[in-house]
Amino acid sequence: MPQKTRQSRRDVLKMAGAFAGCGGLTLLAVRPAAATPAMMQEAVRNAIGEATVNKGKVKLDLPPIVENGNSVPCTVSVDSAMTANDYVKAIHIFNEKNPQPNVISVRLSPRAGRAAFSTRIRLADSQTVTAMAELSDGTFWSGDIDVIVTLAACIEEVKP
Amino acid sequence: MVRALIHVPSTAKSGEVIEIKTLISHVMETGYRIGVTGAPIPRDIIDQFVCTYNGEEIFRAQLFPAIAANPFISFFTVATASGTLTFSWTDQHGATQVQTAEIKVE
Repeated sequence: MPQKTRQSRRDVLKMAGAFAGCGGLTLLAVRPAAATPAMMQEAVRNAIGEATVNKGKVKLDLPPIVENGNSVPCTVSVDSAMTANDYVKAIHIFNEKNPQPNVISVRLSPRAGRAAFSTRIRLADSQTVTAMAELSDGTFWSGDIDVIVTLAACIEEVKP
Repeated sequence: MVRALIHVPSTAKSGEVIEIKTLISHVMETGYRIGVTGAPIPRDIIDQFVCTYNGEEIFRAQLFPAIAANPFISFFTVATASGTLTFSWTDQHGATQVQTAEIKVE
């Protein structure tokens, strides 16, 4: 009989393990949906269409380690002469893991003089932030940066 | 009318590239946060920002909830002529706030 008792105890533990697993899954399902790299790809397609994107020309400047994801200084600059024939038409910023993949979309003209802008963004998790630029000649260029976030934004609860 | 801060150089040389900095006070509520009652706090964001220089559009941005509260945007333009820069922020309900700044170009 001792043999059998040991078995059943093992079974009980197994069951407990399975139950905990289910609980974990439920918790995951309740969490606010986070954007996935696939959602980001979709957002990119919505913004720029089916064009192919080349790497380079776009420089994204963010602190590599962010203590507070609620306000992260972010600067994008694109290598462009900004003349009437050769200028940056639009710059888009995307992220992988916020609830929504879009961050900001900017339209420029040769009047800008310099293809750059700064803002402050929210980051919900450590992730890759990508910037894409549309040039007047119809080509698309992108740059990305990995950011580590220690305190996340977007999904925190309001303190009473 | 909420508080907006704008920094434009008061004078510039013709053809000079100048930096313009803007900041407007706004919560930029994402719509993903849960309030004290357990219900989600509804989204409330500014989604459009436009800057015109003597009537010509020089910068336009579409903002998403991933922009931090009190949206700060800085950008560049070429100082061409003396005149007025007009800044307008529009929120998701269609309310617009317009602010202007003068620049003198020598």
